[in-house]
Amino acid sequence: MSPNELSSYLIIGAILFSLGMFTVLTRRNAISVLMGVELILNSANINYVAFSHFGSGNHAGQIYAIFVIMLAAAEAAVGLAIVLAIFQLFHTIDVEAAETLKD
Amino acid sequence: MDVSTAVFYLICLVTVVSAGMVAFSRNIIYSAFSLLGTFMGVAGIYVFLGADFVAAVQLLIYVGGILVLILFAVMLTHRITDVEITNRAAGTVPALLVIGVFIYLLIQTIRETPWVKAKEVVYAATTAKIGDSFLYEYLLPFELASLVLLGAMIGAVVLSRKEIKE
Repeated sequence: MSPNELSSYLIIGAILFSLGMFTVLTRRNAISVLMGVELILNSANINYVAFSHFGSGNHAGQIYAIFVIMLAAAEAAVGLAIVLAIFQLFHTIDVEAAETLKD
Repeated sequence: MDVSTAVFYLICLVTVVSAGMVAFSRNIIYSAFSLLGTFMGVAGIYVFLGADFVAAVQLLIYVGGILVLILFAVMLTHRITDVEITNRAAGTVPALLVIGVFIYLLIQTIRETPWVKAKEVVYAATTAKIGDSFLYEYLLPFELASLVLLGAMIGAVVLSRKEIKE
């Protein structure tokens, strides 16, 4: 582990990914699941920027990271709107309560 | 150990501990505010990787936008009094087993793969180069991104409007 090694950044990304995956797998609250997805996207971004810095030497990875951040913003807006709609319909955002396709 | 290495360790610690609190905290308000530490820590890691523009974008969009959206959603969907029980977790032990095996495999892979190294690692301002790339070789994805954002904005408005009963 040192700031000048690729592997330390990849390990940080792996830890963030695992924690995000754990959040997505275990939480039953839809907003917490969205938080886990944000953690996963952040870990992917760390890998993009790390490979762009140490591996390729150009900045294509940073551009992909910016696109990922943009898509994460769109995903958060639509996802949270869906969560609010589910809350108005079911009065809970437990992901196991909202299992009907039609009311 | 010089100062920058110590700062790097501090940033990594803040990132991982905050992410752990997001994953394990029983109170969703704590989870949402721990996300702040994770996003700031990831921005610091971008600075260490020489990506100044990406770090600024991370602060602006994640901390300024997505985190505020998540906090609004938490406030709008929970009665604050029963916030303790609304962040339930199910199947913790099997998930921990799966995640443990997964992270072991990931770290072994990271340690044993001979990664391709650049000839030299440069630290230079990236904003101008990124702007040039957006207007030349990545012009089509850039325009598509604006369409995606427009679609997401209209979709969010349509989904969250009040239903008018006939």
